[in-house]
Amino acid sequence: MSGRASTPSQEAPLQWRTATELARGLEARELSARDITAAIIEQSNAVEPVVRAYLKSTHERALESAVAADERWSRDTTLSSHDGVPLAYKDIFVTRGVATTCGSRILESWIPPYDATVVSRCEGAGLTSLGKLNLDEFAMGSSTENSAFGPSRNPWNTDCVPGGSSGGAAALVAAGGVPWAWGTDTGGSVRQPASLCGIVGVKPTYGRVSRYGLIAFASSLDQAGPMARSVEDAAALLQMAAGHDPMDATSIPREVPDYLEGIDEGISGMRIGIVKEFEGGGTQPGVRSKVEDAYRRLEKLGASLEEISLPSFEHGISAYYLIAPAEASSNLARYDGVRYGYRQADAADIVAMSSRTRAEGFGDEVKRRVMLGTYALSAGYYEAYYGKAQKVRTLIIEDLERAYSSVDLIVSPTSPTTAFKLGERTSNPLEMYLSDIFTVPVNLAGNAAISVPCGLSLDDGLPVGLQLIAPALDEKTMFRAAYAFEKDLGWAGTAESRPPL
Amino acid sequence: MSGRYETTVGLEIHVELATRSKMFCGCRVAFAGAPNSRVCPVCLGFPGTLPVANEKAVEHTLRIGLALGCDIAEHCLFHRKNYFYPDMPKNYQISQYDSPLCLRGHLDIPSKTGSKSIGITRVHIEEDTGKSQHVGGDGRIASSEYSLEDFNRAGTPLVEIVTEPDIESGEEATTFVTELRALLEALGVSDVRMDEGSLRVDANISVRRAGEIEHGTKVEVKNMNSIRSVGRALAFEEERQRRALDEGSPLVQETRHFDEKSGATSSMRSKEHAFDYRYFPEPDLVPLEPSAHWVADIQKTLPELPPERRQRFVSEYGLTPIDVGVLTASSSTAAWFEDAARAYAGDPKKIVNWIIADLFGLLNVAGIELSACRIAPPQLAALVTMVDAGTISGTQAKVVLAEMFRSGSPPREIVRAKGMEQVSDKGAIEAFIDEAIAENPDVADKVRGGNPGPLGFLVGQVMRKMNGQANPKVVNEILHAKLLS
Repeated sequence: MSGRASTPSQEAPLQWRTATELARGLEARELSARDITAAIIEQSNAVEPVVRAYLKSTHERALESAVAADERWSRDTTLSSHDGVPLAYKDIFVTRGVATTCGSRILESWIPPYDATVVSRCEGAGLTSLGKLNLDEFAMGSSTENSAFGPSRNPWNTDCVPGGSSGGAAALVAAGGVPWAWGTDTGGSVRQPASLCGIVGVKPTYGRVSRYGLIAFASSLDQAGPMARSVEDAAALLQMAAGHDPMDATSIPREVPDYLEGIDEGISGMRIGIVKEFEGGGTQPGVRSKVEDAYRRLEKLGASLEEISLPSFEHGISAYYLIAPAEASSNLARYDGVRYGYRQADAADIVAMSSRTRAEGFGDEVKRRVMLGTYALSAGYYEAYYGKAQKVRTLIIEDLERAYSSVDLIVSPTSPTTAFKLGERTSNPLEMYLSDIFTVPVNLAGNAAISVPCGLSLDDGLPVGLQLIAPALDEKTMFRAAYAFEKDLGWAGTAESRPPL
Repeated sequence: MSGRYETTVGLEIHVELATRSKMFCGCRVAFAGAPNSRVCPVCLGFPGTLPVANEKAVEHTLRIGLALGCDIAEHCLFHRKNYFYPDMPKNYQISQYDSPLCLRGHLDIPSKTGSKSIGITRVHIEEDTGKSQHVGGDGRIASSEYSLEDFNRAGTPLVEIVTEPDIESGEEATTFVTELRALLEALGVSDVRMDEGSLRVDANISVRRAGEIEHGTKVEVKNMNSIRSVGRALAFEEERQRRALDEGSPLVQETRHFDEKSGATSSMRSKEHAFDYRYFPEPDLVPLEPSAHWVADIQKTLPELPPERRQRFVSEYGLTPIDVGVLTASSSTAAWFEDAARAYAGDPKKIVNWIIADLFGLLNVAGIELSACRIAPPQLAALVTMVDAGTISGTQAKVVLAEMFRSGSPPREIVRAKGMEQVSDKGAIEAFIDEAIAENPDVADKVRGGNPGPLGFLVGQVMRKMNGQANPKVVNEILHAKLLS
C-alpha cells in the first residue's frame, strides 16, 4: 500500500484531485477553473442518481463564477490561492437567494436574504458553490434518513447510509462530486459521516468558526467543519473561514495560526492517549482491528501511546441527549408559520395554525427531540435533567484538562461501526444515538477533533475512521498528526480510496 | 375605613432605552414609522441569525442600577424566556432570570414625613417584542379575524425595574413612578414617554385587614398608560378589594386590565394558567462581566439626581418643599428653572411663581412639554425684572408672557412693539389727572369732602386716558396729594 503513496495525482482526473492540487494547477496556469468545474459537475451528475447528495444544485451559477475566476487568474487579481475551486455546503448554511431547507419541510419555501459568515468568507476567497447538500432534518440524526427529502447513500455500498447528519456532503466528497464541502458537527455530524464514507472530517474548537448563518440545532454544541479527501485540504478550508466574527458573540477573538505551516513536521515525541473507557463498548471487530493498526502506525511514526482514563465520558451520550434537545426545543420554536417557511393556512386561529404548521412541517425525530427538550427544561425537572447534564459537561471538561496534562492528543475510533444498512436503525433511536458515542464528548467539551481514514474494514470492506482529539484551539497539532498518519498510510489519493461506483 | 385595611403594592416597570440601535442587532431604535421598516434578519429571528449584545444598553442599565444604589453583578447571564406569541420573532425573549445585572437598590421618594425609601429588588436587561394589531373582534387575539405584526419595536433594549412590596397606596405608587421617571430622565437613558410606551408600569396590589401578617390575594394590573392612570387604577383596585373583604366575597389571583375610559379594571386571565417559561442560559451570548473600572467610570459620570437636587433647591434657593417637588418632577423643568433663576437678580421664588402659576397654564392649554416651549429661561427673568422695575404692570406682564409663548420674541421687544412701557413721569401723569378732575368736579368734591371711595374711579379715568400705561402707584400718589392732603 505504501508504494502507492507517492502516486502523482497530477495525473488523476480533475474530479479526483484534491483542492490543493487543483489550486496548484490554477496557479501554474495549467488548469482553468471552468474546466475543473465542468469536470466536477460531470462527476457530480454521474453519481447523483446513486448517492442522492443534493438538495439544491447551483451548477449554472458555479460555471459562471468559474469563468469569472479564470478572468481573475488571467489578470492576476485572484481573490485567494484557491480562487475558482468548487465546493458545496451542507444545506444548513444560509445562502442568500438560494433555497435553504435544513432538510425540513418547514423551510421548504424559504429563500434566505443573507449569507452565513462561512459562505461569505469562502465566496470572498473565490470558491464557487455547486449547491446545497442533504442532511438529517435540522442535523438531527446519524444517517440522513431523517431528511424530509429522502436519504443519501453511501458510495461504498449504496445499500448503506453515508452517516449523518452531514451525510450528503460526505457522500459527494467521497464520490468525487466535489473536492471539499462544509458540514456541521453538533455531536459527530461531520466526523461520523466522514468516517463512514472514507474521507477527512474536522470538528474545530467551539467558537473557532462563526456560527452566524448556520441554522441552529444546539447552539452550545454546533460547530461548522470542513470535509475533504485530504488532511491538507481540510486544514486549508478551515483556514479560509476560521477566526473571530463580530456577528457571533461566541466566536473566539483570537488570531488563527497558519494550519499548513509545519503540517509535515511529523509526530516524533508526541504523546498520544488511548481512552480506557472506550475499550470494547460495542466496537465492531473490523473497526477495532483497523484502529489498532492505526495506533501501531502512530507509534512507528515516533509517538508514544499511553492509556488514559476519562471516567465521565460514559455519561456523554446521556448528557448530550438532554442538552442538545433542550437547546433545540427553544431554537426550533421560531418555526411557527408566522414569518417564513411552511404555513398550514386552513387553521382557524393562531394556536391551531402554529400547532398544525409544526405538526405537518417537522419530521418524527425533530418532534421527538423538541418534546424531550421541552420536558428537560420544564419547571420541576430542570435541575434533575438539564442542570445535571450541565454538571456532567463540566466533569467531561475537567477530565479532558487532566488528560491533556500528560498527553498532546487523544485517539479513538470515530464511530464504533462502519456504515450500516438503510432502515437498520430507524426503528431504534437509541441504537442510532450510540453511533456518536466517541464523538459526542468532544462537542460537550468544545475541543477540536478530526476523523481521518484508516482504510477499509476487513469484515465488510467499508471505510473506518480514526479520531484524533486535540485540546481546545490546538488544531495545529491535530492536523500535524493526522497529516503524518495519512501520509504514512498512503491511502488517500489512491485508486483504492475511491469508492467503486 | 382606611384604618381597617392595609394596601401592599409592588411595581414592575419596563423602560425602553434610548440607544441608537437595538439590543442585539444594528437596526435603529425609534418610535412609530412605517411597519417593518426597521428590521433585519436578526431582529426578525431568521434561521441562523445570532444576537450580539449592545454595549450602550448595558451601560445605560448600569447607570440606572448605580443611580438606584444597586449592587452590580460582576458576572451575570442572559436567559431565554420561552413562550409562543406571534409578536415575538424567535418565540423566546432574551432576558435575565436568576442572575440579573443589578440587585438590591432603593429609591427615596417624598412623603408626608419627609422621605420614604422604596426597595428595588432588581434591574435587568431584556429585549422588547413587536406589536400586534388584531383586526376584527374586540381587539384581542382570540376574537380577531386576522392579525398584523409590526416588528419595528422587536429587539428594542428594555430594562425591567422591580420594586419590593414597599408601596402602600395608589398615591404612593404615583409618587414613585413620578420620581423614577424624573430619575431616568436625569440619567438620559430613556425618553420615558408613557404615552408612547417607552415607560410601562405594571402593578401587583393586595389588600389585607390591618394587623394581619399574611399579604392579601395578589392581583396584577396592566395597561396603565399614564402616571395618572396608575393612581386611578390602583385606587379602583384598592376599593374593589376592600369591598370584597367587607362582603366576604373571595378574591382570585389574576391579571386585570385597566380601562382608561371607565376607570375600572377587568379580569384578563387567572393565574391558574400560569406559564412555564422554561428559562435556561442563552447559549448564543457569553456571560456579562462588567469590569470594576467601567462601573467606576459610570458612577463618576452620574448627573445630579432628583433627591440631591431637591435638597439643594431648598438650601440654595430657599424654596418650599411643595414648589421643589413640582420643579424637580422632571429634570428638564428643574434645569429650565435654574437657567431662569441664574439670570434673575431678585428672589427666585418669584420665578417659581411665574413658572407654576402662569407658564404651566400656557403649556397645559397648548398641550406641550416645557422642553418644547419657545421661551428661553433668561427671557422669563427679563420679564420679571421689568415688572420689578415698574416698566410694566403685573397684569401687562401676563399678556407679554402669552405673546412670548406664542412667538418666542424677547419681552422687551413685545413691550416696545405694543407700546406698553409704563409711564411714571409725574409731570406727564399730572396733566392727565388735572384733566380728569376738571371733567368730573362732583367726584373730586366728594373726595375732597373726606370720602376716598370714588378715588378709584378717577384712577380709572386717568388710566383710560393713558391707554393703561400709567404707573398706577404714581397716579394714586398724585391724586392723594391733590385731593386729600
